[in-house]
Amino acid sequence: MENERQSDAGTRPSGLGTWAVQTCVGAVLLGLAVVVMVESRKLGAGWTDDGPGAGYFPFFIGLILAVASAGMIYDALSGKTDRTEIFVNPQKLRRVLSILGPALLYVLAVQLAGLYLASAVYIALFMRLLGKYSWLRSLLVALAVTGVFFCLFELWFRVPLFKGSLAPLGR
Amino acid sequence: MGDLGALMHGFSVILTPMNLALMLVGIVLGVLIGVLPGLGGANGVAILLPLTFTMPPTSAIIMLSCIYWGALFGGAITSILFNIPGEPWSVATTFDGYPMAQQGRAGEALTAAFTSSFVGALVAVLMITFLAPLVAGFALKFGSPEFFAVYLLTFCSFVGMGRGSAAKTLVSMALGFALASVGMDTVTGQLRLTFGQAELMRGFDFLIAVIGLFGIGEILLSMEEGLQFSGKSARIDPRVVLDTWKKLPRYWVTSLRSAAVGIWMGITPGGATPASFMSYGLAKKMSRTGAKFGTGEIEGVVAPETAAHAAGTSALLPMLALGIPGSPTAAVLLGGLLIWGLQPGPLLFVEQKDFVWGLIASMYLSNVVGLIVVLSTVPLFAAILRIPFSIIAPVIIVICAIGAYTVHNAMLDVWFMMGFGVVGYVFKKLDIPLAPLVLALVLGDKAEDSFRQAMLMSQGSLGILWANPLVGSITTLALLLLAWPLLSRAVARLRPAG
Repeated sequence: MENERQSDAGTRPSGLGTWAVQTCVGAVLLGLAVVVMVESRKLGAGWTDDGPGAGYFPFFIGLILAVASAGMIYDALSGKTDRTEIFVNPQKLRRVLSILGPALLYVLAVQLAGLYLASAVYIALFMRLLGKYSWLRSLLVALAVTGVFFCLFELWFRVPLFKGSLAPLGR
Repeated sequence: MGDLGALMHGFSVILTPMNLALMLVGIVLGVLIGVLPGLGGANGVAILLPLTFTMPPTSAIIMLSCIYWGALFGGAITSILFNIPGEPWSVATTFDGYPMAQQGRAGEALTAAFTSSFVGALVAVLMITFLAPLVAGFALKFGSPEFFAVYLLTFCSFVGMGRGSAAKTLVSMALGFALASVGMDTVTGQLRLTFGQAELMRGFDFLIAVIGLFGIGEILLSMEEGLQFSGKSARIDPRVVLDTWKKLPRYWVTSLRSAAVGIWMGITPGGATPASFMSYGLAKKMSRTGAKFGTGEIEGVVAPETAAHAAGTSALLPMLALGIPGSPTAAVLLGGLLIWGLQPGPLLFVEQKDFVWGLIASMYLSNVVGLIVVLSTVPLFAAILRIPFSIIAPVIIVICAIGAYTVHNAMLDVWFMMGFGVVGYVFKKLDIPLAPLVLALVLGDKAEDSFRQAMLMSQGSLGILWANPLVGSITTLALLLLAWPLLSRAVARLRPAG
């Protein structure tokens, strides 16, 4: 927080405004609410012989969501939210993406190559590229951690983890 | 009293070598989880829950609740030494805890924090021991309308008593309910909101949501400030412990008041976080040294820690007796109970005495063991935090991914977890509370079922919610709480300014 104040002092804060993000999120949720209401109507939002239809409850949930989202959008646009508040500035965003991006790639790798292989590669690469550790150290730590998990899950808990396309190699 | 007999029986249930070992493992894991970011109390319990499927339910819940305990203790370590709250409810502990550490009084602060936590939890467990059977007996009279009224009360109090915008709380709650309704409808068997995707038939599991929202989301949030963790070192000297223990009884009023606040907040859907803030605020106002709060007053550590632990523990009371969790972690434990085929609620006390009293007995024991463990291992846990973030962060993400996968052996859940992570990040930054979402996701189906049952009984008339004094009073209270923000604003306007 203090870094933020120091670097912003005297310069116009740059970044995405909170009010803009709130409006977007509100709009997305409003859209979602409409979808829920439409689908609920299809299921039967009225009364049947057995009582409320399958769509009865979800319809009202959708309605509440729609009203509340509209309320959020209204709050954002009508100036109730501080217009100068920044949702995220470029530096922060870059840092967040630097962990989100690799994490998504990691999950993709798990899908393809299984959990152990992907985890070892992920930890090693993360340590090397972001932590600037030597290749040797990164690999050692990655293999050690993955090894511990392997013993823990495959041998001790006997909970087989996802192996992706390497599955035939497993038991 | 028959209850004490049941409690003694409970002790005999837990005092087996296996259960004691699990208790120790649970506490250590819990403190570790409380100390690391991204692996909070709710998240940690969620990740470890599927691993307990092979254990008998009593042992499993003992381990899980010890993890919960450990996390409650662990959050204080990082707050005091690093000024980084390991848990949302340890934020208030940083206010006076970190200044104390900066003045070289870290050992004193840590001892005060742990001891206050112990006291808070003890008072709450005593309360549970005597009140839970009463509440359960009372709740046996509950029918569907009564249960729905209680659910209504739960959610209305979130909206009414929550800080921040009511619209945002409603959004969070409604989203949770909407996610809960995805999948097969329990009454008619129809598929809802699945859009023809077979994988969505299972619906969204609350465990995945918790791991994503509280785990991945937390990591994304802490990444904003960069990969830095530097903190004060600490060693707990037995002499410091004894000295601090001599000082603490002076603050017994604060302790009792904080415990009361904590118990109230724990039972109602407030939870440990608001409890800790409220207790700190009250202590500041009422203490003789209130003006010095924030500069390293020991009372400023006692108040929030007692309240947070009392709240965290008493959140288990409505969970056990009524099936209504008072906090996200209690919600996860509730989910666990359901998975093991145990129905929380009044019948649990009647049909599963071993389980319930074993759990309550373990709360006493693990509180004591937890205090000892934590006083003796602080330097170890503090050292773990010095492991650079570039090593810890990927490991935590791997653990979260494993946790998400093991729930249903489904890779899709891991993708959902990432999605929830982004949602958690965005929501937290927009001040949209996450607790209503999780609670709605856990309780959504049950709330809907009780609503439909009630409607069936009344042939569609909402009047059944006022059919008898019990139901009527709960429903009215719920609506009052819902309208509270509007009411208080209107009252304020009527009162002349100045």
